[in-house]
Amino acid sequence: MTIQPNRAERVYAPTGSVEFEADVLVLGGGPAGTWAAVCAAERGARVVLADKGFCGTSGATAAAGTGVWYVDPNPALREAAMANREKLGGHLQDRRWMARVLDRTYQQSNRLAECGYPYPIDDSGKSQRNSLQGPEYMRLMRKRTKQTGVTILDHSPALELLVDDDGAVAGASGVRRQKDDRWTVRAKAVVIATGGCAFLSKTLGSNVLTGDGYLMAAEAGAEFSGMEFSNPYAISAAFGSVTKTLFYGWATFTHDDGSVVPGAASKGGRSAIARALLEGPVYARLDKADDEVQRQMRVSQPNFFLPFDRTGIDPFKDRFPITLRLEGTVRGTGGLRIVDDSCATSVAGLYAAGDAATRELICGGFTGGGSHNAAWAISSGTWAGQGAADYARQLGTIGGRKLSRSGTIAYRSRSRRAFEPAALAKAVQREVFPYELNYFREASRLEGALARLDAAWHDVSEADAASKADLLRAREGAAMLATARWMYRSALARQESRGMHRRDDFPEQDDRQRHYVTAGGLDEVWTSVRPHADAAYAEAAE
Amino acid sequence: MIEVIDSARCTSCDICVNVCPTNVFDKTSGVPVIARQGDCQTCFLCELYCPEDALYVSPFADQAQAIDLIALRQTDAMGSYRRAVGWTDGTRDRRGDDRSYLLFGH
Ligand SMILES: Cc1cc2nc3c(=O)[nH]c(=O)nc-3n(C[C@H](O)[C@H](O)[C@H](O)COP(=O)(O)OP(=O)(O)OC[C@H]3O[C@@H](n4cnc5c(N)ncnc54)[C@H](O)[C@@H]3O)c2cc1C
Ligand code: SF4
Ligand code: SF4
Repeated sequence: MTIQPNRAERVYAPTGSVEFEADVLVLGGGPAGTWAAVCAAERGARVVLADKGFCGTSGATAAAGTGVWYVDPNPALREAAMANREKLGGHLQDRRWMARVLDRTYQQSNRLAECGYPYPIDDSGKSQRNSLQGPEYMRLMRKRTKQTGVTILDHSPALELLVDDDGAVAGASGVRRQKDDRWTVRAKAVVIATGGCAFLSKTLGSNVLTGDGYLMAAEAGAEFSGMEFSNPYAISAAFGSVTKTLFYGWATFTHDDGSVVPGAASKGGRSAIARALLEGPVYARLDKADDEVQRQMRVSQPNFFLPFDRTGIDPFKDRFPITLRLEGTVRGTGGLRIVDDSCATSVAGLYAAGDAATRELICGGFTGGGSHNAAWAISSGTWAGQGAADYARQLGTIGGRKLSRSGTIAYRSRSRRAFEPAALAKAVQREVFPYELNYFREASRLEGALARLDAAWHDVSEADAASKADLLRAREGAAMLATARWMYRSALARQESRGMHRRDDFPEQDDRQRHYVTAGGLDEVWTSVRPHADAAYAEAAE
Repeated sequence: MIEVIDSARCTSCDICVNVCPTNVFDKTSGVPVIARQGDCQTCFLCELYCPEDALYVSPFADQAQAIDLIALRQTDAMGSYRRAVGWTDGTRDRRGDDRSYLLFGH
């Protein structure tokens, strides 16, 4: 029996805009968004998915590809998989969440195989499922999304949420940038799956990731967790965008004069590279890879080699200059705080998945080379989609809700000062890119940056509404600015070093700070702390 | 950054206009144009989707490069990414070649 999918309904709208009625609206069409859309549709919901770019090529996974935390359901293997990253993550993970993510990722990866993902077969005949080629995976996810009856709006960035009189989220609106008009979707629940924020650093596939979902969610009252874990930097050739770091595990890093950079390594020695880059150029050569490894590398990550093949560099023999590009919350772990197993946020009707949501529950304060992000996108996407569909069903028919728009910055006419999105983006980058501010953090430097960022926020708050042509860029700039302020406020609140968060003035991990930092607010940014689950249970037992 | 659309190869199918995540291209009545090169994020995905191997993305992410199209056509660069991932007719068997599982955990 084939099930007729329920489709979102296109309703009448004035010229210059399109409108849909749906049960669930998913914002973002990377892995988290497509899993959410598919799973919501499978529960019978009418779903619209809107992506800023093209669902299938847009986002970090489509361009980069990912390792996946896929572990056979053998108790010893699962236990080892959970245990071996706890120290790196600063013991902020939650075992219950790790276990449910491992389960869900295993199940859903196997579904991908059934849907035709071409997993490789190893020499013993076993299908290997811990890596996904980005373009291949996301092309398949687009196909599955369409097959389940989801309406996809490509090149349709969401720019603000709609809320009802009680403050529950009830849709969103944005622009269709290739049609030069607006879209509005009224929905009973919204899933934010807009990815992280990489501040237009050109780290692979990430210039669509400017924290838009954070800004929209914050405008509706949502809060964040772990925003101090937002300073991973990834290695690429100095001139290039391919920030895939696995193969730098076979590299030797050298100064200009050819001497080896002491302590430099892709894993566990990246800060030595950052310190050396503050002094002068740094070079890499993948001279530890033998012929066999070189062959495996070529077939496993073909895009890694594009920058080299196209410039005549042999990365195994020639040394080439490298840089570190900021990845913010894309390979950081902070994001929207989720409050229950269905990945609901603290705002009614609003769910979060993937990089848009905090990944502390499974990664703590560190990720990278661990494949947790991809597993989280699959699992949280599944739960958020199902949760949103269930919430929509419970809501039932709710005709005639009066909805209002919640967008602030770039929508309000406050003065005659023009909004200058390009200058705003540059100003934020000046505060978040420098290693001496963000990689190596310290109170007075953070405070200086925050004072400038707060002033910039005040400034754009007073600016005129952005012109139609500038609206997307203006909202992106505002989202980056807001993200930077949650990041640094949280970084100040964590007076220790833990996970990727590194304080020059507090170089040690402090056992008393094994807690989560919550952040929120727009005009006034605030932080507070929440206990780790272990501590909460201990307290309850007292 | 995206540097070239080879108008001799391009069939004006407009696939690149649709798939570019950062909306770099514009449709025209014929061959699309690179309308916003500065927005290119050097992700190489337009190359993967172009059925004619008519696009070339230079690996330089931050600077435009002068490209000699005649010379470029003599190399095997155009379409090389598509062939490497097995997205051309003659290379389909490469889609399952991923050997990452041998490289993780190094
Ligand atoms: C170079 C690189 C390598 C990586 N390698 C690994 C790895 O090996 N293992 C691993 O686990 N993780 C890895 N990651 C991280 C992983 O890619 C991400 O965790 C994953 O892509 C998150 O999925 P997502 O769906 O949340 O976000 P994304 O895949 O980034 O997708 C977000 C989507 O939201 C859309 N969007 C953004 N703003 C809006 C808006 N305003 N309106 C509508 N849509 C919007 C974007 O266009 C995009 O399609 C890597 C990341 C990078 C950059
Ligand atoms: S995808 Fe290739 S053939 Fe099609 S319009 Fe673009 S450049 Fe031309
Ligand atoms: S490389 Fe990526 S961003 Fe640049 S034009 Fe091609 S698809 Fe667009």
